[in-house]
Amino acid sequence: MTGTDRPALRFEEPLIFELGAADRSGVDLAEPPACEERLGGLARAAPLDLPGLSEPEAVRHYTRLSQKNYGIDSGFYPLGSCTMKHNPRLNEKLARLSGFADIHPLQPVDTVQGALALMAILSRWLTRLTGLPAICLSPAAGAHGEATGLMTIRAALEAAGGARRRVLVPDSAHGTNPASAAMCGYEVVSVPLGRRGRVDLAALRRALDEDVAAFMLTNPNTCGLFEDEILAQAEAVHDVGAHFYCDGANFNAIVGRVRPGDLGIDCMHLNLHKTFSTPHGGGGPGSGPVALSAALAPHAPVPFLVDGPDGVALVETEEEAAAGGAAPFGRIKGFHGQFGMFVRALAFMMSHGADGLRQASTDAVLGANYVAARLADRMPPAYDGPHMHEVLFDDRFLEGSGVSTLDFAKAMIDAGYHPPTIYFPLVVHGAILIEPTESEGKPGLDAFVATLRDLAQRAGQGKAEDFAAAPRTAPRRRFDETGAARRPRLRWQAEPATGRADE
Amino acid sequence: MAELRFSEDHEWVRVEGGGIAVVGISDYAQEQLGDVVFVELPEPGRSFARGDEAAVVESVKAASEVYAPVTGEIVAVNGPLDEEPGLVNSAPTGEGWFFSIRMSDPSELDGLMDAAAYESYLGRF
Amino acid sequence: MRYLPLTDADRRLMLSEIGVSDVEALFGDVPESARAPEIDLPAHAGEIEVERSLAALASRNMAAGSVPFFVGAGRYRHHVPASVDALIQRGEFLTSYTPYQPEISQGTLQSLFEFQTQVALLTGLDIANASMYDGATACLEGVRMATRVTGRRRVVVSGALHPQYRRVVETGVAFQPIEIDALAVDYDGGEDPAEAVDDRTACVVVQYPDFFGRLRDLGGLAAACRRAGALLAVAVTEVVALGLLRTPGEMGADIVTGEGGSLGNPLSFGGPSVGLFSCRDRHVRQMPGRLVGEARDADGQRGWVLTLVAREQHIRREKATSNICTSAGLCALAFSIHLSLLGAVGLRRLARLNHGLAVSLAERLDAVPGVSVRNTDFFNEFTVALDRPAAPVIDALAQRRILGGVPVSRLLPGEAAAEPLVLVAATETATEAGIETYAAALAEAMR
Repeated sequence: MTGTDRPALRFEEPLIFELGAADRSGVDLAEPPACEERLGGLARAAPLDLPGLSEPEAVRHYTRLSQKNYGIDSGFYPLGSCTMKHNPRLNEKLARLSGFADIHPLQPVDTVQGALALMAILSRWLTRLTGLPAICLSPAAGAHGEATGLMTIRAALEAAGGARRRVLVPDSAHGTNPASAAMCGYEVVSVPLGRRGRVDLAALRRALDEDVAAFMLTNPNTCGLFEDEILAQAEAVHDVGAHFYCDGANFNAIVGRVRPGDLGIDCMHLNLHKTFSTPHGGGGPGSGPVALSAALAPHAPVPFLVDGPDGVALVETEEEAAAGGAAPFGRIKGFHGQFGMFVRALAFMMSHGADGLRQASTDAVLGANYVAARLADRMPPAYDGPHMHEVLFDDRFLEGSGVSTLDFAKAMIDAGYHPPTIYFPLVVHGAILIEPTESEGKPGLDAFVATLRDLAQRAGQGKAEDFAAAPRTAPRRRFDETGAARRPRLRWQAEPATGRADE
Repeated sequence: MAELRFSEDHEWVRVEGGGIAVVGISDYAQEQLGDVVFVELPEPGRSFARGDEAAVVESVKAASEVYAPVTGEIVAVNGPLDEEPGLVNSAPTGEGWFFSIRMSDPSELDGLMDAAAYESYLGRF
Repeated sequence: MRYLPLTDADRRLMLSEIGVSDVEALFGDVPESARAPEIDLPAHAGEIEVERSLAALASRNMAAGSVPFFVGAGRYRHHVPASVDALIQRGEFLTSYTPYQPEISQGTLQSLFEFQTQVALLTGLDIANASMYDGATACLEGVRMATRVTGRRRVVVSGALHPQYRRVVETGVAFQPIEIDALAVDYDGGEDPAEAVDDRTACVVVQYPDFFGRLRDLGGLAAACRRAGALLAVAVTEVVALGLLRTPGEMGADIVTGEGGSLGNPLSFGGPSVGLFSCRDRHVRQMPGRLVGEARDADGQRGWVLTLVAREQHIRREKATSNICTSAGLCALAFSIHLSLLGAVGLRRLARLNHGLAVSLAERLDAVPGVSVRNTDFFNEFTVALDRPAAPVIDALAQRRILGGVPVSRLLPGEAAAEPLVLVAATETATEAGIETYAAALAEAMR
């Protein structure tokens, strides 16, 4: 047997509502000063029904919960399109410096010049890496950045005469792309991929007309391929006066080697939690700054930074922005963006430097191509290489085995791995999208390849029922997701005393 | 039981007499969706033109709009689907019906396929 | 390059396995004109150098904990127990993704299920989601949801809603068929949003406690909304208040959105934090964001999964309830751990401590000549009016290392009525000595 052979930890851990007590607390607070209440008659009579834990109970509860989770720190996490690279702890340490963690967004700006300077430095790094002249820092995550970028485009088009009606999105795109476009009032038109796993240029040209506001492309795309006709795409998009939007989710493949601005991109969001390794945290927080062309920049939302005589100035309101000649379309988030993520991302960039970022993207691409090459005879990739930072497989190698992509992914759990992204992108059947990232060394990649080869071979040997039963060694087996969705229980509730059966 | 007619969007229609038609989704459609977990039904009394979104059906991994295959006013909906959405899977053309509609133009039925035509239409997928 | 495990020897071996001689061949699809640009940025640096550079920037900021501090206006400085930060830094929480594989993500899923339940209890509603980005964006999502639930397009926004929230709402729906009726800024507390409700109204959005710190019984407004078939959406920027006050849910709110940064999370210049979102059971299908639900596994064991996913962007694409994907998982965890440590008793005591110190601060400031407290009621933040423009006074106090509050004109520039006003907050981190220092310095600055 190959794989990490790590036995899963199998603690059973109750909910805080089953562990805690209403009269227990893990926090000692001073006696409130005696005062005449000024609560306008709205004081509640009784405390809320929330459980409390002492500190040892809380520490044990959450530690045990953590041990039911797989993280990058636990092992290889080749989750395609999500970029699970190492999260350096220096970045965590620096984000916790009191001069960063303990400052309020509405302190007088004179008292936060270091924070504004950090945002300006981060912006400079991002403009130089993207080749685009301006950065809007405030979006909270990638999808938020998409909507912000599209609204900026819409505002610029409206200022130039008309918002237009349609946004083109390849059918391989992340679901957030069409969702964001719809929120900006655009009709979404799907553009098919061609045989080579790249946008069909002829179809793109047919779909483009003067009613198209933007073409949203992910490059490298979600099939893990570089769009090699991107210059022609850009020309076609610009010929009809539309803007070229790039979903920067896969920027980690090319950062330091290719500047999207040089490819004709007008607008691109960056996932700091992907390319620049701010931790994913079990689903956020993220950070999704948007890089903008000179034509789009004046329409970006508040807040933004401008260089002033006494340091960096923060333009927080549209009134101030208008006085400075800008025409922002509004505000998309409270305060100034995900500042704690800015600190981490800048620490990541400074640690790598221009040379290290270039080496990191090179290693990421090298790793993906290596995995593809070592698997090709057992698991042929869906498209020919060279691949970028990730490689896409379809389920041809499972044909006739009775093993589905889902079964195969769950079997990887028993071998000690986090499964790759599955069933995305939607353009190939039973997709398996593997992204090794630059954080995995050669021994790790070799062990992973050996495991996959072994699983692929076993899948072909009539072991379908073994796969269907996987995982067996994880804290839980497969769930009845149908039952969960038909009768949703979305919060804990005390069981009725007479014990009503739920099944 | 009256004959079923099918739309290209995989709805079926059964005429009940009195200008009322019952609508559901085909066996093929329920199979493509997988286990149905929720059905959003229209309010009785609402009117739809042919091709309007009249209902939504959700499975664990997918969601799909159900379009009115004929123009008319909703007369009744299949209440038990609230509690038992699985009926769409177990009896798609029976207890898993979605709604009944008072047709304003019964000639629209001519635009729908009979079972044999639908069968050969499915052959294309 | 301390983060890169591959050696040059590894790279050569891997290239030969791939069958190319040079790594440049792997980038052959990149147009030649865009290959290998010179990038004018520094080279890699060690931990010592990076720490030195960033610590120098950090030292140029005035840390809240180093001075008497009374700033709020949507973000409140609370003490976070040491164990919270230690626990969220466990690698299994910190370095995991959105829990797509439930069998090996039960830690995240169970903690989010606990979070959802805590938020539901705190806000007094049936269910809550697994978090949004922040309070302002949660408020926007609440507005969008109300239009879906009611099938109506008109939204009434209170003039006592945080101005940034109002702009985020207006901006977010600008390109959707939703019409915002933003009431005039409510400086004197006389507003009655019920008067603006009609049979086209999807919802009314109010803040509780409101932007100026005032408290209002929402029962009457909720009843008016109900009569008109509209929903009541309540935004809460200071959740600690709910430890002492009646919840929006029990007063009749249909949707409660909130800024959760007060619990578990450092100020961090305003972000990241965690958006809270709760609503009634019957509206669950129109809810935005991730939801965790209870499930049984193949052995019949209880566990948790992401559920009702068909609402979300990766399935519904342009018809999704929201475009949100990554939300605020780790900040939600921090919130939940802090609230578990507090429990009902601790939260109530924390809230009483906040209120008590704020009352004490209000009494002291009200006694300063030229200063008057405008609120009759408040939780831990209130508005004071000065006899002159407030911003220069707050700046002057900052020069003396006192962070005395937020001039309202910073958030409402160009409004004459805002000029003399300051929002002032006191949490459990304030001290009587700090209050004394502030009052004395303010008296001097006002002389």
